[in-house]
Amino acid sequence: MRTAGQSRLSLASVALGVVLLVAGSYWGLARAPPEIFMGDVQRIMYVHVPTAWNAMLALVFAFVCALMFLFTNDWKWDNRLEAAIEMGVVLSILLCTQGAIWAKPTWGVWWDWDPRLTTTAVQVFAFGGILALRAFAADPMKRAVWSAVACIVAFADVPIVYFSVKWWNSLHQAQSTPDTVSSAFHWPLRINAIGILFLWTGLVALRARLGALRLRGELAPPDGGPPLVTR
Amino acid sequence: MSAPTATARRSRTRWFALGAVAVAGAAFVAISVSGIGDNLVYYWGPKELRAAGDKAVGATIRLGGQVAPGSIKPGDGVSNLEFDVTDGTALVHVVATGVPPQLFRDRIGVVVEGTMTRGGTFEGHRLLVSHDNKYRAPADKNVDIKTLMRSTAGLEER
Repeated sequence: MRTAGQSRLSLASVALGVVLLVAGSYWGLARAPPEIFMGDVQRIMYVHVPTAWNAMLALVFAFVCALMFLFTNDWKWDNRLEAAIEMGVVLSILLCTQGAIWAKPTWGVWWDWDPRLTTTAVQVFAFGGILALRAFAADPMKRAVWSAVACIVAFADVPIVYFSVKWWNSLHQAQSTPDTVSSAFHWPLRINAIGILFLWTGLVALRARLGALRLRGELAPPDGGPPLVTR
Repeated sequence: MSAPTATARRSRTRWFALGAVAVAGAAFVAISVSGIGDNLVYYWGPKELRAAGDKAVGATIRLGGQVAPGSIKPGDGVSNLEFDVTDGTALVHVVATGVPPQLFRDRIGVVVEGTMTRGGTFEGHRLLVSHDNKYRAPADKNVDIKTLMRSTAGLEER
């Protein structure tokens, strides 16, 4: 079981993330100049791009957790896997929502089935499906093994989302680099990216602890004796 | 659970991990190197559309490229907006209906959904604007209008 000190560390991470996100968003919304063609609409970039990076990071972490669980059978990796997939799905849904809000005034449509958007939709439904799978499996061991295997298979889509704008003609633009973005826009982007990183890692740590508590109940012997797994 | 059972279970789940990695890796390789992209085309460039010739006539397709500078002719009211789409080598004349997105201008990337006519004009009924990966502040000294206005990153990559 996690100690109270680790919980405080997670909460501190969440708090730091919120502070950074507020500071970065204030900078992006009020201090940074508008983009010369898109104007104020471009300011959504300060959450959209950091959300994309962090969704990808959360799913990379989920992939690592899945491998670690299957190799060690240590329950803590299953708890982290569940938390990381939930975070990856939430961030991916936020990503699509922000993207739609940006797309309407620039592209002229809320959504279109271009390679980047389609592969991102696959990401949402594949990892969302794993959460559904977990909800249906009552046996903790089966639930953990199935969802870890499914997570590894679904992860094939994550690099495809990244490369989709390089491999295929798409409506979505390719990745920007510091050279293609004015330096006036750099800091709000970075601060928000780091803010969201602290926010989700803190939340995932807290969520994994909840998972561990539930698992302790599930693995406890029916006579109310001491739990078999205390981790 | 006794120790031998746990060890056996762990070695079984390790095989699951390797199997899942193999499936994911195979899927990734199949999509990335097998040329599946040739069959999954979001839009055609003017050159590809020209090369398709009569095959392109009649079907609903997407044409992607850049609005050729100076080619925009606003039509009667909101309909029949005319412009040329180029990829630097070939050119396709487009007659589009509907209101263009706000960012529509010379040299911007566009994706037009519509049909090719026998006369060689592309009849667009859905006009999308795409923007590139460049974001510029107004006072930025490094603004290079030429590169700034080159749009449709998908074409630019090629």
